[in-house]
Amino acid sequence: MGRRVVITGLGVCAPNGVGLADFTKALHDGKSGIRFQSKLQALEFSCQIAGEPLIKANLLERYLSPLQLRGLNATGLVYGIIAGRDAWADAGLEPTAGASPNWDHGIIFGTGMSGADKFRDAIYQVDNKEVRRLGSTTVVQTMTSGISAYLGGMLGCGNQVTSNSSACTTGTESILMAYDRIASGKAEVILSGSCSDSGPYIWGGFDAMRILPRDYNENPSAASRPMSASAQGFVPGSGAGALVLESLESAQKRDAKIYAEVLGGEVNSGGQIGEGSMTAPNSEAVQRCIVRAVQNAGIEPKDIDTINGHLTATTKDALEISNWSEALGLKGESFPFINSFKGMIGHCISAAGSIECVGSVLQFEEDVIFGNINCEDLHPGITDIISGSKIPLKTMSYRPKVIAKASFGFGDVNACVIFSAYNP
Amino acid sequence: MQEVKKYQKLKNIIQVYLPEDVSVDEIRPSSNFVSELNINSANLVDIILDVEDAFDIRLENEDMNQMQTVADALHIINSKLNG
Repeated sequence: MGRRVVITGLGVCAPNGVGLADFTKALHDGKSGIRFQSKLQALEFSCQIAGEPLIKANLLERYLSPLQLRGLNATGLVYGIIAGRDAWADAGLEPTAGASPNWDHGIIFGTGMSGADKFRDAIYQVDNKEVRRLGSTTVVQTMTSGISAYLGGMLGCGNQVTSNSSACTTGTESILMAYDRIASGKAEVILSGSCSDSGPYIWGGFDAMRILPRDYNENPSAASRPMSASAQGFVPGSGAGALVLESLESAQKRDAKIYAEVLGGEVNSGGQIGEGSMTAPNSEAVQRCIVRAVQNAGIEPKDIDTINGHLTATTKDALEISNWSEALGLKGESFPFINSFKGMIGHCISAAGSIECVGSVLQFEEDVIFGNINCEDLHPGITDIISGSKIPLKTMSYRPKVIAKASFGFGDVNACVIFSAYNP
Repeated sequence: MQEVKKYQKLKNIIQVYLPEDVSVDEIRPSSNFVSELNINSANLVDIILDVEDAFDIRLENEDMNQMQTVADALHIINSKLNG
């Protein structure tokens, strides 16, 4: 066991709310951020709906200088900068100003790919023999580590500054990477999180795989249906979530507000062996990841009172519930409460883990379990295993003590983190 | 185009790339872009592109190497316009 690690700041840029206050209210109210996308219709996508954060026109000037805004064409970077800087400010931290960076402050902020639209512009120019006219901003907006590089510079961080990438596991993984580094004494404060671009060039590949819902273009807010018998596939989303992780020592020293404690967790892979593949999870690995996360956190399965699942609204949701149930040895009425925010925000791809971890942690702050939407018709494969009463359809008053959050991603990769209400 | 007008046009381009702690009034013909105006050297390529667009000229890699100061830039612009 290393040092205790706590969460002292949150920031979010989600399809149903930009900024912590709007996002919290949206989760309380079960507000959907899934909207019709005319550009996807024009491009003849089968799925013409998506979750995209609505950024007010003048908001960006608060986060970026005119020079930084010039030629900026990378939505994920924008979301990540908003969420990251908000989390830093929420933690009561200032950007480091002075002659030296703060050697104890780091960034572990992941993404799937950066600046798809910027890369598209560059490809057209290169193919048109205009490589000399790309300017200086193509590289920094399209490199995967662009987001950590931007944030690291804005905040003056001198510890590790990096971007992890593990598909839809990215955000949850970033928290565990930050946790490890702080617990082992190598850093005091790490801004963890992840972001994901909006737009047809990110979502197109999923549309081509026929794993997105096609029958909800007229009814976007009903399209994302985690745990529902009528789930048709995941609705693509985008955005960013950010969490400031900090050693308990450091948080106490600066008398910071503590949202929750990170007890530990686990990351692993199913090796794409057995039922596992590039796109499908190996249940043995999923269960092992959850079991080890519980062990590493030093708790018993029954201590977990709330789960925030990966639960994307595909046919795999029942399998995920089965894996949680097997791993924890809990079923029926003894199973913890479980929710998925994807009914409201869709599947925000590489941003999913961090946006959903922000939402999970907010439940400690708000004394609630946020309700699920679009699963009035629970999948029978789920109610065979757990009681329907464990899947709240409306936000309910409750004081969670321990929340387990898992994310799974293409490449057969898994991450599970255990959060606890802070007990001094 | 009058020299004064050209200088003003160039100043407007440079202004965008100044760091927050350098004022536009500090731009002089003798100012070195990097060492005196504290412009990020990576942005010199962007200034070149803006100059190309504003004056409708094309600058070569060698021109960029010679462009250390504001006066250098004006000289290169003049030679292209007259060339």
